[in-house]
Amino acid sequence: MSIVTALWALGILALIFGAVLGYAAIRFKVDADPLVEQIDEILPQTQCGQCGYPGCRPYAEAIANGDDINKCPPGGDATIKKLADLMGVEAKPLDAAQTPAVKRVAFIREDECIGCTKCIQACPVDAIVGASKQMHTVIVDECTGCDLCVEPCPVDCIDMVPVASSIERWKWDLTAIPVKVLES
Amino acid sequence: MSEFLLLLVSTVLVNNFVLVKFLGLCPVMGVSKKLETAIGMSMATTFVLTLASLCSYLVDYYLLQPLELMYLRTLAFILVIAVVVQFTEMVVHKTSPTLYRLLGIFLPLITTNCAVLGVAILNVNARNDFFSSVVYGFGAAVGFSLVLILFAAMRERLAAADVPVSFKGAAIGMITAGLMSLAFMGFTGLVKV
Repeated sequence: MSIVTALWALGILALIFGAVLGYAAIRFKVDADPLVEQIDEILPQTQCGQCGYPGCRPYAEAIANGDDINKCPPGGDATIKKLADLMGVEAKPLDAAQTPAVKRVAFIREDECIGCTKCIQACPVDAIVGASKQMHTVIVDECTGCDLCVEPCPVDCIDMVPVASSIERWKWDLTAIPVKVLES
Repeated sequence: MSEFLLLLVSTVLVNNFVLVKFLGLCPVMGVSKKLETAIGMSMATTFVLTLASLCSYLVDYYLLQPLELMYLRTLAFILVIAVVVQFTEMVVHKTSPTLYRLLGIFLPLITTNCAVLGVAILNVNARNDFFSSVVYGFGAAVGFSLVLILFAAMRERLAAADVPVSFKGAAIGMITAGLMSLAFMGFTGLVKV
């Protein structure tokens, strides 16, 4: 007799809990992965593709699925640091494969430019000015050095030139302390 | 009122679940590598512990005792805890996807955190009434969180410290936990329960 009571009691208890969880599953349904949105917000939206993905959103999805966070040269260290905070992983230096030794910007040899505007369409940060049949030029301060304009140019008049060190651009490595890396 | 306060202080400090009763050691070792994760874990566990001790008291008092099914306590309490943890997981997934990712497997594993079942069963053994049960559960959770957060803060410093090779990793963690447990023995005699 008591076994029947026990079965009933536990059965009803389980039924109630099942109903509560069923309701909660509908009430707290997660539509999309909000993490991707948050990562996408942090990325610089240059859509330059230097990370190896076709744009910032695909890279955000890749990070959410566990890809490395250090593949975004336009974002630099600031972006990596924010991503590290968000993902709860250690910040690491920019992937060496993604970053050239020195910062480079695009330079258009203006006498060879035929004014086709193809590089303007390719530029993710609108750093190239010019109009159809007019000579184009690069705004050095806007250029992120993403190389995307080099490929579409039909006359190959775009060079990636290293930025010369100047008084404004000189990077003082005063705070760079030699850090001993310990294995955890 | 002072009785509840005494109960709270005694569960948090004197009879700390982790360092004196040695319950729930697994998440303390597992989730204490980063301070933020530890804080998230302690909030989730606080919620689960308090709610689970409340629910298991209700189930015990209104269902098991009238029907004289006391031998089903462990089964019923596990069921209650599993439901509460599942519910918490849904809420965390909805409200904080980052925390959900960080906690990872340790969130569903709160179900098997022996501190949670321990609180429910110790409540029954001590014949606590409704409010005492809730206070006891909350106190256990606060004690757990205190230890987890202190321990995580220490381990973050240990990660940068120059630990001898043979003590690296889990070994130094265990030693630290042992020393903390010794330190918490100093609270014995603070409250008489």
